Amino acid sequence: MQSLVVAKDLVKIYQAGEVEVKALRGVSFEIDSGQFVSFTGPSGSGKTTLLNLIGSLDVQTSGELIVAGQAANQLNIRQRANFRGNNIGIIFQDFNLIPVLTVRENIEYPLLMVKPTPAAERHKIVSELMEKVGIAEQAEKFPNQISGGQKQRVAIARALSTAPKLVLADEPTANLDKATSTRIIDLMKELKNQLGTSFIFSTHDPRVVSHADVIYVLEDGQLQTPTAENTMGHGGSK
Amino acid sequence: MESARIAFRNLYRQKRRTGLTVSIIAFGVVAVILFSSLAGSFKNMMISQITDSMLGHLQVHRSGYVESLDTMPLNLVIEEQYVDQLKKALGEIKEIEGYTLRILLATLLSNYADTTNIKLSAIDPASEQLVTPLLPGRITQGKFLEKGQILLPNLVARGLELGIASEVVVIATNVDGSVNGTSLVVSGIVETAVGPSGKYGYIHIDDARELLRMESLQVSEVAIRLKDSEKLTLVMNKLQTVLKGITDDKGKPVFEVHPWKALSPFNNIANMIDLMTIFIQVILVTIVLISIMNVMLMAVYERTKEIGTIAAIGTPPSSIMSLFIFEGLFLGIAGAAVGNITGWVLVQAVKAAEMTISFGQSDNILLAPQISLSTMLATTFIVILVTLLGAVEPAYKASQLDPVEALRN
Ligand SMILES: Nc1ncnc2c1ncn2[C@@H]1O[C@H](COP(=O)(O)OP(=O)(O)OP(=O)(O)O)[C@@H](O)[C@H]1O
Ligand SMILES: [Mg+2]
Repeated sequence: MQSLVVAKDLVKIYQAGEVEVKALRGVSFEIDSGQFVSFTGPSGSGKTTLLNLIGSLDVQTSGELIVAGQAANQLNIRQRANFRGNNIGIIFQDFNLIPVLTVRENIEYPLLMVKPTPAAERHKIVSELMEKVGIAEQAEKFPNQISGGQKQRVAIARALSTAPKLVLADEPTANLDKATSTRIIDLMKELKNQLGTSFIFSTHDPRVVSHADVIYVLEDGQLQTPTAENTMGHGGSK
Repeated sequence: MESARIAFRNLYRQKRRTGLTVSIIAFGVVAVILFSSLAGSFKNMMISQITDSMLGHLQVHRSGYVESLDTMPLNLVIEEQYVDQLKKALGEIKEIEGYTLRILLATLLSNYADTTNIKLSAIDPASEQLVTPLLPGRITQGKFLEKGQILLPNLVARGLELGIASEVVVIATNVDGSVNGTSLVVSGIVETAVGPSGKYGYIHIDDARELLRMESLQVSEVAIRLKDSEKLTLVMNKLQTVLKGITDDKGKPVFEVHPWKALSPFNNIANMIDLMTIFIQVILVTIVLISIMNVMLMAVYERTKEIGTIAAIGTPPSSIMSLFIFEGLFLGIAGAAVGNITGWVLVQAVKAAEMTISFGQSDNILLAPQISLSTMLATTFIVILVTLLGAVEPAYKASQLDPVEALRN
């Protein structure tokens, strides 16, 4: 069976006016289902760029990228939105909850607007997810009434509501304190184990990195060769 | 209907801005309702003053008469045989309430010391009152007309120092060119309907026929009153069709038919009022369009990151668009509702205040503004249509945002 994510010679060049910025300079890797993967590296190394490509929010300049059997650069904007809605959950650095919706409604949102689901099933999914991420008591509160850690729990529940194959998280702990960061990463890992959903996250916090099964290090748009240290705890590639 | 819920919540979140936008739209709606009801009432009042005290709704003359109305030519009259045919035609149109025959003549009026020009309308008092029911109301002193009497216009009475029961002599030239006079008694003083400058008096039609030595029945003018003034065009067409067939020995049509509009300069004022109503409506449309577009563009700009988020998690562009369309729609509906209710209340208040105005020589004309359901519905429809129009561009813009760009906001 094909891997969940296959990248070959991935190149992304940004055109900033006259200047070309080579954000990714030929990146190749494969990620299997059910993995907990981290991309790490210094600021400007291309982590966000790569996650945006995997999430089909953007398309590569050249090279090949297949996610869940689909090459997103062959889809139009509408189809890409649809592809994301059905296959990918996204968690943001600053949580990005919809401020006018309650915790419950935020988690429910994708099941109404992205992947319409019958009411009974929808309510069951939302209730279960709220229990799983531990925010059931906050259900009727609005985002501005809960803490950062709680917001990120809501965001995780929202990302999982459509039962995606893959959850992407760009620096999910950057706006959280150390203790909360660890708890959030632990939660993500636990959910991965329970649901079999793959998680790919970026971070430059070493403590967070260490929780990953597979660690890729980006530097100046290129992947560093895996070392014994950074593939610790898992086989890395096969 | 998640889009509608989110749209509503977003409007609720920006209470002050929403309130302001709704107020602006409502203000425009109120302006339209108030203006069109007041102007409409003024227009109707003015028209009925003119038709019900002077012109009637329609007039029939001998072909070519209206063109030379100023000289009141006695050789362009409707002779007896044609009067009979006309009466028959009028009798067959059921929308006609009644009609009256008139002879118009330019005369000299003398009080035995001074002489002045005066135009006289020779009428049959009974049928005249049927066609122009407001005519007796224009008599400021004395009584309505009987045979042997004359109703004098205010200015002439004052100029010649004439009062009720004064005796005057009326001198006229008949169609053959011979001059004749008759003495009459002033029965009353009459004001013109639309201004103090008129020099129009009234005498009995029988006196005019004697004065002009008319052996057979001849009339200059037939004024017609309709049961419903709204049916003017319909009756006019019916009448014209019938009268077209009546021709003289040279094969030319005998009659010409004119609606009151063609006979009074006040038609222009009525048209002007209609034009101003349209103008006010255009202003309303502009206000609504600009304020909706403004507020929606502001919303899209402010919520760029939110739009990026929902686009990133897979919300289709059409749903993002509907989110903003709903916002515009709700603003439009709220504005129209508030405006209609306020407008209606204000119209009722004006009615209750029993405001009066003066028009021409008539004082104390009650201003009775009417607001029809159709005007309110039409205004609502226009406002909602325009809000949708105003929301489309910003909504489309939101739906086309690139999520990566939007998220960087
Ligand atoms: N839209 C863009 N236009 C031009 N250049 C861009 C754009 N987005 C990113 N870049 C550049 O591409 C390079 C990689 O950026 P990227 O955001 O992927 O790095 P990152 O690893 O996520 O950094 P950080 O840790 O700061 O978030 C940087 O040099 C950045 O300036
Ligand atoms: Mg980044």
